[in-house]
Amino acid sequence: MKNMPISAIIGLFFTGLYFLMAIFAPLIAPYGMSEVVGDVWEPASDQFILGTDNIGRDLLTRMIYGGQTTIFIATMATILSFVTGSVLGFFAAVSGGWVDQAMSRFVDLIMSIPSLIFALVVLSVMPTTVTILIVLMGLLDSTRVYRLARAVAVDITVMDYVEAARLRGEKVVWVIFREILPNALSPLVAEMGLRFIFMVLFISTLSFLGLGVQPPQADWGGIVKENKEGINYGIAAALYPAFAIATLCISINLVADWILNRTTSLKGGRG
Amino acid sequence: MSDKLLKVRNLKIGATVYPPGEKPKEIEIVHGVDFELEGGKVLGLIGESGAGKSTIGLATMAYGRGGVELTGGEVWVNGRDILKSRMRDVRRLRGGEVTYVSQSAAASFNPAKKIMEQVTEAAILQKKFSKKEAEARAVELFRKLGLPDPENIGSRYPHQVSGGQLQRCMTALALCPEPDLVVFDEPTTALDVTTQIDVLAAIKEAIHATGVAALYITHDLAVVAQVSDHIMVLKMGEMVEYGTTDQIINNPREEYTQALVSVRSIRHEEKQPTDNPLLRVENVTARYRGTDFDVLKNVNVELHPGQTLAVVGESGSGKSTLARVITGLLPPSKGQITFDGRSLSQDLKSRSYEDLRELQMIYQMADTAMNPRQTVGTIIGRPLEFYFGLKGKEKQRRIQELLDEIELGTGFQDRYPAELSGGQKQRVCIARALAAKPKLIICDEVTSALDPLVADGILKLLLNLQKIEDVAYLFITHDLATVKAIADSIAVMYQGQVVRYGTKSEVLSPPFDDYTDLLLSSVPEMKLGWLEETLEHRRMESAGH
Amino acid sequence: MHPIIKLIAQRLALGLMLLFAASILIFGGTMMLPGDVAQQILGQSATPESLANLRAELGLNDPPITRYFNWLGGFLTGDLGTALSNGRDIGESVSFRLGNTLFLAFWAAAISVPLAIFLGLLAVRYKDRWPDKLISAVTLTTISIPEFMIGYILIYWISIQLGWFSSVSIIYDTMTLGEKLNAIAIPVMVLTLVVLAHMMRMTRAAILNVMQSAYIETAELKGMGMLKIIRKHAFPNAIAPIVNVVMLNLAYLVVGVVVIEVVFAYPGMGQYLVDHVSKRDVPVVQACGLIFAAVYIGLNLVADIVSILANPRLRHPK
Repeated sequence: MKNMPISAIIGLFFTGLYFLMAIFAPLIAPYGMSEVVGDVWEPASDQFILGTDNIGRDLLTRMIYGGQTTIFIATMATILSFVTGSVLGFFAAVSGGWVDQAMSRFVDLIMSIPSLIFALVVLSVMPTTVTILIVLMGLLDSTRVYRLARAVAVDITVMDYVEAARLRGEKVVWVIFREILPNALSPLVAEMGLRFIFMVLFISTLSFLGLGVQPPQADWGGIVKENKEGINYGIAAALYPAFAIATLCISINLVADWILNRTTSLKGGRG
Repeated sequence: MSDKLLKVRNLKIGATVYPPGEKPKEIEIVHGVDFELEGGKVLGLIGESGAGKSTIGLATMAYGRGGVELTGGEVWVNGRDILKSRMRDVRRLRGGEVTYVSQSAAASFNPAKKIMEQVTEAAILQKKFSKKEAEARAVELFRKLGLPDPENIGSRYPHQVSGGQLQRCMTALALCPEPDLVVFDEPTTALDVTTQIDVLAAIKEAIHATGVAALYITHDLAVVAQVSDHIMVLKMGEMVEYGTTDQIINNPREEYTQALVSVRSIRHEEKQPTDNPLLRVENVTARYRGTDFDVLKNVNVELHPGQTLAVVGESGSGKSTLARVITGLLPPSKGQITFDGRSLSQDLKSRSYEDLRELQMIYQMADTAMNPRQTVGTIIGRPLEFYFGLKGKEKQRRIQELLDEIELGTGFQDRYPAELSGGQKQRVCIARALAAKPKLIICDEVTSALDPLVADGILKLLLNLQKIEDVAYLFITHDLATVKAIADSIAVMYQGQVVRYGTKSEVLSPPFDDYTDLLLSSVPEMKLGWLEETLEHRRMESAGH
Repeated sequence: MHPIIKLIAQRLALGLMLLFAASILIFGGTMMLPGDVAQQILGQSATPESLANLRAELGLNDPPITRYFNWLGGFLTGDLGTALSNGRDIGESVSFRLGNTLFLAFWAAAISVPLAIFLGLLAVRYKDRWPDKLISAVTLTTISIPEFMIGYILIYWISIQLGWFSSVSIIYDTMTLGEKLNAIAIPVMVLTLVVLAHMMRMTRAAILNVMQSAYIETAELKGMGMLKIIRKHAFPNAIAPIVNVVMLNLAYLVVGVVVIEVVFAYPGMGQYLVDHVSKRDVPVVQACGLIFAAVYIGLNLVADIVSILANPRLRHPK
């Protein structure tokens, strides 16, 4: 942890900040989530730090609760995507043969349709609840995690030390958890950051299209949708979520970059 | 300044390194080196990895590879200091006055362009020749270098010719612009030994015919002795000794040079076969899944307890496949293997713990043979735990014992592989194999990735351990010097077959079969004029037949 | 037969198979609908007779496999069916909107592709110096914001504050090309920004990868200047990865268009699709989904074929 570059420290700080805000949203938010407290699109004031939204709710409150929803859905979907993708990816890599072939071809097929289009097709027949959104996004995205996990594991399984373990007579469980996993962890954790960013963008897009989180619940994509008319009158309310998403995503990117760099320098630092 | 072609004064070279998890650091890798070279002469630069020889070679073209920077001193080529020249003048020097032959021609040729275009490019760019002249010259060089079909080989793409041929094309590329100096950077290291001698002869002949001066960089003193007039010995970025080739080979002054010259001089008393072989490989034939030819054809060998069987061959001879068959990684399609009087199951999965324990393996690349996330203690301790159920103090005591046996002191237990040198890594791998108390260790090219002196140390250690532990080795290698040093019996492999097999003294005494003769006579010897003698000998033989 | 032709034929066959499988997936995906389409159309108050009639009319009583092949057969012969929500022919709506979408995507591609390659080269040329770092920082920001938000930022800034272009991009046939271009100026900018970031980063990585090859060093040691090395040695080897990058990003563009059309109320395929997803109009969603998938698969196929063609080992076998 020593010698952490300044960019990673900044990234880690802001990522932490956003997650803390999400967790303690009800304690921080000045008003109730869907409480109408003022006029439509009131400008920023001491009372409403960011002003009010299209029906007179406090925008800061909406942003904090919106962050909670967005981050919660993105986190759950990322976890789902990771667990499914990496377990199946490792399994395919260690099994090899037709199991690997069948699984990989199926993943190719899913990935041949753009995620957003696939999601829209499914959402045209499914109700848009938070659970369905998480499952849908998590499963669609697990294809990407599967590919990475499989590729990383395949690279590791051809290493001599894995062969040495097999020659010693070690069981598959030992090989996966003691030989492969510790070496696959860093690239996977770095990828986790990128997948999380993708999830934030994905859920925001769906909500903006009206197919994600449903009102009155707040989320960052939805806040844009609710306040987009304001833009035409020069009211910037719809732009705050853009700022929030950008800073969150950049922070996570910085952390992921740092983790990835540490791994590669570890590889190159032999001798 | 003077009429010397090349004059290097107090050359200092630095580099930026990126230690894991730390900020980049500037280090010095060459600490002030001086030498001179007259036109038409060949200077050999020799040293182990990290000696800075390639870096110095490239410095004569004012070039630093990757993060390398030429930080101080002077490099005079044809009377001007190129380190102080403008970029435009340096460009005229590169490819015109000084040219370069790299270790890997396969990577150094652009895969998308025909050979002729690349060979003549520098000559045309530097306005030495017109396109037509350059092409004629290239064909002439192809002929001199002994390439097949010299008229047309230029119209092929790099991937369409063999490795040895491409290395000769690279030499043609360097000679085409009629340079004053060619830097040869390990030009034969990546080649098989029987190919190496041809390429070496071709390079020497071409240097001679064109009267060009050369810097010949290699880690193999026996090779450089064949081509150079003078030799400079380097160690860790500093000059150790400089002298004529004759003096360096026959009268080395410095201790380090003496060590380099006497490398591979281990001698070992040959043991006689016993009545009960430990390992018996009978009629083994094998092929890889999805291919349609046998990599091993009817192989028969025996290995006796506490002895060493060396399996020698070039790349593609099937020697490593034999190891995979014996370990059970590749079940043979025919034949059987007997180990310690019992028949070994063909498939790894159905072998008993006892079989697995008694048969251990050491790999060529110690780097990839150890899990980078485990400490030395964990790596050596796992077989103790796995096979003998050792725990706690008992295990620690045994780990320490093994570390002592491989001549690494205390304090190594908690280190990670990345913190060890190449030789130390290989020693840890040996300790891991020994921890299982095996009867047989398969050593797959265990010294070929190491510097000669380090490799010597490993061989001595292995011989020593054989005496103490009474363990047998199946030693797979392409290096005949290693074989001579440690084997009791030898199997020579060629295209999947054992072409010659017997005790060391039998195999290495005439009469030879053709392939063994070729193989044995291709190994460079540490004496002047070996190359000419061998080639002359071969000419006589073929004339006699 | 030249092995390369065989390889390309294989790749084409694979692409067709993939498309076929994707059509099954899309059709199958919409079969999961809880309740049924007839109920959706007629609402809760419908009589059982009218429901039965409509089911028969829509062929809902047939087994799924028959329905799938009827649907696919119609698709291949240009009959995309009728929309449930307004009873219009889907083919007609699609052909008009597909043209609009392609118009928008074309201009975005025409600007972003050359710009991305240029910036990628610039970043490589000044690697680790300020131009590289600046480009990298700006692109990192743009890929960290959803495309619709970039849309509103540009509307707010260019259309409202500066008053340059319209914030709504409605186009119709009677407009001149100039008027149309004026209407789509902001959406094209947004799409360019979004795709540019990805494309430029990938181009940079692709060129850097080539520039680190040993044969580039060989060229340098021949005394060749940087620009000439890039032109003569790096470029022929970088074509395949760059085309790959471009194709992947055009595929990405096709998806980005969906959202952008909604932001600017642009009458294209994306807006059509999103509209009918909310209306749960399954036939329209199926048709649009398959068309988007086809474009996506097609672009990826082109990328594959180009990298086969650009590989000298395949072009000139031993």
